[in-house]
Amino acid sequence: MKETPRAIGSAPSPRRRILVLFAHPSPDRSEVNRPMARAAANLEGVTLVDLYGEYPTFTIDADREQARLRSHEVIVFLHPLYWYSTPAILKEWQDLVLEHGFAYGSGGTALHGKIFFNTLSAGGPEAAYRAEGYNHFTLRELLQPFEQTAMLCGMIYLPPFALFDARNAVEQGRVEAHIADWMRVLAALRDDRLDVARARRAPRLNADLAGLIREA
Amino acid sequence: MGGLLFHAFVYLCAAVVAVPIAKRLGLGSVLGYLIAGILIGPVFGLVGSETAEIQHVAELGVVLMLFLVGLELEPRLLWEMRLRLLGLGGLQVTLSAGLIGAAGMLLGCSWTTALAIGLIFSLSSTAIVLQTLGEKGLTKVEGGRASFAVLLFQDIAVIPMLALIPLLALPELGAPPGVDPGSHGESLSLVEGLSGWTYAMVVVGAVVLVVLGGQFLTRPLFRFIAGSRLREIFTASALLLVVGTALLMTLVDLSPALGTFLAGVVLANSEFKHELEADIEPFKGLLLGLFFITVGAGIDFDVLFADALTLIGLTLGVMLLKAAVLLALARLFRLTPGDGWLFTLGLAQAGEFGFVLLSFAAQNHVLTQDLTKTLALVIALSMLLTPALFILYEHLIEPRLRAGGTREPDAIDQRGTVVIAGIGRFGQIVNRLLVASGVRTVVLDHQAGQVETMSKVGIRSYFGDASRPDLLLAAGIDEARVLVVAIDDRERAVQLVAHVRRHYPRVRILARAFDVDHLYLLRQAGADVAIREVFDASLALGAEALKALGLHPFKVEKMTRAFRRHDEQGLDELYELWDADRDLSTNRALLAGIHAHRQNLAEVLAADRLQLHDRTDRGWTPPPRDYARDLAEPEPASDDTSPPDA
Repeated sequence: MKETPRAIGSAPSPRRRILVLFAHPSPDRSEVNRPMARAAANLEGVTLVDLYGEYPTFTIDADREQARLRSHEVIVFLHPLYWYSTPAILKEWQDLVLEHGFAYGSGGTALHGKIFFNTLSAGGPEAAYRAEGYNHFTLRELLQPFEQTAMLCGMIYLPPFALFDARNAVEQGRVEAHIADWMRVLAALRDDRLDVARARRAPRLNADLAGLIREA
Repeated sequence: MGGLLFHAFVYLCAAVVAVPIAKRLGLGSVLGYLIAGILIGPVFGLVGSETAEIQHVAELGVVLMLFLVGLELEPRLLWEMRLRLLGLGGLQVTLSAGLIGAAGMLLGCSWTTALAIGLIFSLSSTAIVLQTLGEKGLTKVEGGRASFAVLLFQDIAVIPMLALIPLLALPELGAPPGVDPGSHGESLSLVEGLSGWTYAMVVVGAVVLVVLGGQFLTRPLFRFIAGSRLREIFTASALLLVVGTALLMTLVDLSPALGTFLAGVVLANSEFKHELEADIEPFKGLLLGLFFITVGAGIDFDVLFADALTLIGLTLGVMLLKAAVLLALARLFRLTPGDGWLFTLGLAQAGEFGFVLLSFAAQNHVLTQDLTKTLALVIALSMLLTPALFILYEHLIEPRLRAGGTREPDAIDQRGTVVIAGIGRFGQIVNRLLVASGVRTVVLDHQAGQVETMSKVGIRSYFGDASRPDLLLAAGIDEARVLVVAIDDRERAVQLVAHVRRHYPRVRILARAFDVDHLYLLRQAGADVAIREVFDASLALGAEALKALGLHPFKVEKMTRAFRRHDEQGLDELYELWDADRDLSTNRALLAGIHAHRQNLAEVLAADRLQLHDRTDRGWTPPPRDYARDLAEPEPASDDTSPPDA
């Protein structure tokens, strides 16, 4: 697989630091998510955490994860969509790290004002994610638990950065363009060139990038 | 000689016949001994005048019992139950003694006599109650714990009572005071003719000698003897310790029971505690049994039949007064009704120490001989009634309270203990985990050095060969929930598992195996769980090696899990082919099985490399590339167990 060129639109000092929590239980077989993770890891201002790599037995270090959250302004879950949600370790991560008094409840203000969104690959085509499709709901509707989690934590929720029909993306040559978009979004968020207010209303973050991003 | 053999035969015969029958009938062993004594004494007249002499010897059983009580009385335990011990026990003894004494005065006794009687009847029967509670599995319920606290206090209270009773001597009986049980007919005394302050010095010196000797001399001595690995010499030295202490106390005119009790407390924290218990226990049991037999044999049926109604009335009166005090205390200390009734009915009798105090009081001319005989009968009758009261509790009160739902759940500490046999490097880790999780453990090891090291770092461990049944019993195997076998001797480990499986089927046995063959032997012997000692560590190191080669940690985790699953499955399959009596090289079926198993493992692990959709990595295998086409039906058919990229 090809590496994405390093540091698209890098700035001397990032306005926002980005934390990408990557969860793929079988990274050797990943065709989309792992290249995206590698590309993100090479972008300045981005911290990439391979959760299955760091916690292969699921013994998540909540203190360490909370410290990571504190030191970043954008939190991204990067994962394949499993049963309309994340792989198991990201659920475990939420259960252990988003504690009362830290993420929500009295004194739980650590995440206030941070930006959150899912970056995911979905197996089904976009047509499946609507009332008439076999998934019956739009992607954004299906991800409402994350939206509400972000709201409870006082975070700004953005719609998912999603790739549909992911099993055929490599053969159809869609991956490289997708990764390039992914780099644009990360860099724009980092440099505060993304129209957050407008993005919040979009069905997907990558539906109309040109309309959201003010190029440097 | 012939006479001695005959008497030994009669006593042993009576015990052997009567005790098992009594126990089978649910009456308990103490009653069996009493009945045996009644049979050979007053009923058949096989023994007669010599019972009094034998009783003096048998009182050594009481001395041994106090030593054992002392051994159980670790200062820390004592401190934990201080409230119960002093509050519950102290009030029980004081109130019972006061009430019964007052009743005695109402019946016309002088105040000194009445007080002596009150003290004697305030005591309950440690032997009967503890034995019965243990037999019925009631030691850990609140009522059982409260009973134990009171009995413990009574056992301690005996000592000041022994000091008090001579002061109550009736002048008209011409009392020579200062006669102790166990010192009957002794003319040996170091303190005769000493002035008051020298006497006090000698007494204090003797007590200090017991405490310091127990603290500093016994350990090196026992360690030296343990090093010689001669069991009977260890037993002999244990007896020597008790007899010597008793003798020292007698020489300075103190109660030998007090001295051995003190020696017991001093040694309660010693790593040799359970070994001492195991060695002394049979002697205590036999001598105490002999003591009960002589009590039964000494019951004067002429007195009983002459005044049966009065005696029965007195017995019931004493028990009612005691029960009233106990019931009030149960309320005061907020025991649940069920526990309160167990406590009340269990402790309402008079006890074996009553006999000791009674004969002591008679010797000191506090009580007249006639009165002593009557009171002995009252004690014996109340003890005879106790099993009936326990049966009443078990069959009438407990079921009713349980059905009524008023019984609260038992205290949290129902986990029972874990006995760990062998505290080498393996047992230590097991023990650390358990202790860190708040589980009480008892650790046994046959290497005195090892035990000493453990004790230094604060682990409660005891010296002793864990494969010895009596030591296991002393360590509490009969009440333990789990036995961990981690001793270094392969064969003894298997024997230990087989022994415990046979005699204590309730205990869960977890054993450390050295290799597969040993694991099968342990499994065959009845171990519930057997773990190979190096398997997990080897697997962990192998996993680290894979990570060092750059494999993804979660992939390594999955490989390790697959390897473990396959290996454990193979262990079970090969167990069917395994034969303890056959050498591996001649067991062709087993060899073939092992070969097939190894072959199979290679396939399993290779399958992951080939990305086959198989069990090694069935999870997280993406669905076929064109799977979404089949889903475009009205209802999704999700028959794939792996999570699809939806």
